[in-house]
Amino acid sequence: MAEAHPVGFQWVMEAKRRGAKVFHVDPRFTRTSAVADTYLPIRAGTDIALLGGVVNHILTHELDFREYVLAYTNAATIVSERFADTEDGDGFFSGFDPETNSYVQDSWQYEGHEDDSGSGHTADERDSAAGMRHESHGAQVAGQVRRDETLRHPRCVYQILKRHFARYTPEMVERVCGIDREKFLELARAWTENSGRERTGCLIYSVGWTQHSVGVQYIRTGAIIQLLLGNVGRPGGGVLALRGHASIQGSTDIPTLFNLLPGYLPMPHHADHPTFDEWVDSIRHPGQKGFWGNARAYAASLLKAYWGDAATPENDFCYGYLPRMTGDHGTYQQVLNMIDGKVKGYFLLGQNPAVGSAHGRAQRLGMANLDWLVVRDLFMIESATFWRNGPEVATGEIVPTECRTEVFFLPAASHVEKEGTFTQTQRLLQWREKAVDPPGDARSELWFFYHLGRRLREKLADSAHPRDRALRDLAWDYPTHGPHAEPRAEAVLREINGYEVATGRPLSTFAEARDDGSTAVGCWIYAGVYADGVNQAARRKSRHEQDWVAAEWGWAWPANRRTLYNRASADPEGRPWSERKRYVWWDPEKAEWTGYDVPDFEKTKPPTYRPPEGAAGPEGIAGDDPFVMQGDGKGWLYAPSGVLDGPLPTHYEPAESPVRNPLYRQQANPTRKVYAHPVNSVNPSPPQEHSQVFPYVFTVSRLTEHHTAGGMSRTVRPLAELQPEMFVEVSPELAAEVGLAQLGWAHLVSGRAVIEARVLVTDRLTPLRVDGRVIHQVWLPYHFGFQGLVTGDSANDLFGITLDPNVLIQESKIGTCDVRPGRRPTGPALLDLVADYQRRAGIVAGRPGPAVTPGAPPPTRAADPTGSDPTRADGTGTDHGDREGRDAS
Amino acid sequence: MGLRTFIEGWPVYRQLTGSDPLGRGAAAQSARSAELTARTETADGVARSVCPYCAVGCGQRVFHADNTVTQIEGDPDSPISRGRLCPKGSASKSLVTSPLRQTTVRYRRPYATEWEDLDLDVAVDMIADRIIAARAQTWEDSDSEGRPLNRTLGISSLGGATLDNEENYLIKKLFTAMGALQIENQARI
Ligand code: SF4
Repeated sequence: MAEAHPVGFQWVMEAKRRGAKVFHVDPRFTRTSAVADTYLPIRAGTDIALLGGVVNHILTHELDFREYVLAYTNAATIVSERFADTEDGDGFFSGFDPETNSYVQDSWQYEGHEDDSGSGHTADERDSAAGMRHESHGAQVAGQVRRDETLRHPRCVYQILKRHFARYTPEMVERVCGIDREKFLELARAWTENSGRERTGCLIYSVGWTQHSVGVQYIRTGAIIQLLLGNVGRPGGGVLALRGHASIQGSTDIPTLFNLLPGYLPMPHHADHPTFDEWVDSIRHPGQKGFWGNARAYAASLLKAYWGDAATPENDFCYGYLPRMTGDHGTYQQVLNMIDGKVKGYFLLGQNPAVGSAHGRAQRLGMANLDWLVVRDLFMIESATFWRNGPEVATGEIVPTECRTEVFFLPAASHVEKEGTFTQTQRLLQWREKAVDPPGDARSELWFFYHLGRRLREKLADSAHPRDRALRDLAWDYPTHGPHAEPRAEAVLREINGYEVATGRPLSTFAEARDDGSTAVGCWIYAGVYADGVNQAARRKSRHEQDWVAAEWGWAWPANRRTLYNRASADPEGRPWSERKRYVWWDPEKAEWTGYDVPDFEKTKPPTYRPPEGAAGPEGIAGDDPFVMQGDGKGWLYAPSGVLDGPLPTHYEPAESPVRNPLYRQQANPTRKVYAHPVNSVNPSPPQEHSQVFPYVFTVSRLTEHHTAGGMSRTVRPLAELQPEMFVEVSPELAAEVGLAQLGWAHLVSGRAVIEARVLVTDRLTPLRVDGRVIHQVWLPYHFGFQGLVTGDSANDLFGITLDPNVLIQESKIGTCDVRPGRRPTGPALLDLVADYQRRAGIVAGRPGPAVTPGAPPPTRAADPTGSDPTRADGTGTDHGDREGRDAS
Repeated sequence: MGLRTFIEGWPVYRQLTGSDPLGRGAAAQSARSAELTARTETADGVARSVCPYCAVGCGQRVFHADNTVTQIEGDPDSPISRGRLCPKGSASKSLVTSPLRQTTVRYRRPYATEWEDLDLDVAVDMIADRIIAARAQTWEDSDSEGRPLNRTLGISSLGGATLDNEENYLIKKLFTAMGALQIENQARI
């Protein structure tokens, strides 16, 4: 955090000054480690084992915040007797379908709800990254659930959790992660001791956590700990994602993503959502509880904002105009399609995939096979010049005179040359004022897209093609100003906020959205940012003039709420858990919720409210159910749906690992997304043969002085001077083993590429003892490329393409490689070296290796329910001795 | 120079007697530094802005004169950053005033080995024509069972994590109306 989010880190230091203990877990000793109380080096890719160890520590010693857990989580809920755990399935949950390598989730449901998992087949959900819809709301649960408030029922979530994590002992943590068991216990004790009524603890992760084939489950494990310890919805608690770009939260909320529409409404699927009603019902699940019941109003209002007068209740608000998904249309699938010649044109908007995306060679080969490419950026980046300067030109794979891609480079306006809002990592929108005009031809994206749309509409004004109607009917009138006819950003923000169509009055909250066409709302979760016609995101009341919540600085979605689920900061009766941790509470005299923040609860619903039988929508949520966006109002320790690779996190090895999974015969996440394309490959891992060809683990991350793919930092003199060269950081032990000299050269080889870097030998990297052997990890910054003031080979070239099944994010925090002294070969000899490694490793292009580990046959879909197994009824579980013995063989 | 002026010109005296006992401000000022004027004082105006790099969202004050950025400083009022900026945020002025910035449209013809110049207006028009052509070539009205698809898979887009919400909104709206489904973002990466 000190490296990549330095100013955010001041708050950690502030907490430390007040007595907080800071633990830093990282494969490499960084500036964060330097000021932490305890640094724990970890083998990259084993975080679930570490965090699972903490869960086990809490449950074994009953250190959970029991009152909170009982009242606010699903710990007491009884799960179907058809559910079988990975501990009984050797790495597989019940419901695995080996034909599609995905799960049918019926057996994961709560008891009595087996038939309403809402998941026909999760292979479809994987292709459309359906898990991302839950960023604003949880999955639904129908009707009432069975609970055992004593938490003793063998199939209650609490007992399932206990059995699932029983093997995550300090010894296992040491064996899997390479973390000394005493240090692990220090972490587990500090975390639990600092949680409860009087204290809260906070879990902070950077989004490198998402760049794993089990990335979503990393975060789930953290959330389980925080729920068990009562650290969610309370001040000083939470699971906080430190996102990496100024408006990356905003570009998920108002998504430039294939599978989402603004406000996490799903992009329709051709088979599942043929009509408006079916689409809406798939979101709101009629009859189910929770706040998603109003989805029809959000959906209708979005279409009204898109198609204005043309959108009417009679024509389902032009629902027919929306394009439909048929499968995976994610960025990696697109790039493979480019290589195959299926994509004509490509826009890059402040994005540099030639350096920043996994498998750089695939990215560049894809771009070299387009009809046209539009690059909009501040600087001449690698993705604009691959056709003349890229590494494939040197190897002869791209010949400029044979490369047909027509390239338009259009200069972009910088952040001070336009006005608009960024949404930062805590969902806070901050308006930026414009300082100066952009130079020369530089323009904002607002300008470019507004005028591009205007021109397209002009050209198609007389078109009779049905396909052009959506463009012709589009509501595309924005006021402009200045010599370049720049659209007014505030007018767009007002549309995002939403307004009453008849009067133009901006909405104050999303509760005012209607499903009859009388409101237009561009992004329902942002409703309120323009309340009363005032740009709330522009508020800049000094921190000296308001309390520490600072509710009048910018505007946070939803409803300017700074801490989500803050009803949980009060006990079930509505009283603060403690004076010290007072935040939001019930005021019995005024009969309303009040506090420092906007209460995340219906303002006048008393803590004693109990829903009438069969109540749906918000009425179905009881007065002591704080997790109002979940169907059952509870925090989910166990996720019966919504997570495609399991209701509980479990340790799998990364797709590329030198280590055999010590927990299961199944080596890696069996549901991970793999592409069998000739350009793609995966290095072999045990128990496959030849994994020793790539004996070392490499991991990548950021330097303080550079930003992502370097387009905004290797081009800036002071930053380029501070970090002038690509390097690889290695331990003294590895340097001795391989023969690397400090400040000399090394090259790294994977099944995809070979890159070179200067050698930095430091003890900031430690060889780890894992399962009886020494594992060496090397570290690389991923900022370098061949353009800019300072250049170097790109670390992301080393990666292949393997994705998390929930969100289709690539595993680019860990891979395996070989490390060799000296510089890499150049020209065609470079390709020969990679080919030689592929041959030695038995890599066949386009055959990425089996998802199910040979010798780990999954239980079939018809597997016997283990809930009826007498050895399970007393909660003792099965004896795992034989499994551990098997691993050793 | 009188004795009094002489003594008062002596930093240690000012440090011991004045309002700056640590000697970090007024006490340490020389005659030369007293004559200097901060760029921030001569600015035409100050824009309240936000750092464009990571998602912490540090507040920035952008000082400008004659349509040029003269200084970018941390915003001391911000409850997020309390006036601080990290090396990247502090380099923002160098970012926006970098001599490496491209300020004109560049165009590379198919099979060409060099860039050419192109008028911005012409470029936007050419791009619009190419979009229309790509849609015509790759449009899918419906699937094999006659269910609507309304889309083109012939157009892709990637980017937006450093763009404004308003920009992303227009991008998504326009591409969706174009039937261009394959819109992606750094958020996927
Ligand atoms: S100044 Fe540094 S920490 Fe703050 S937003 Fe910018 S990059 Fe992030």
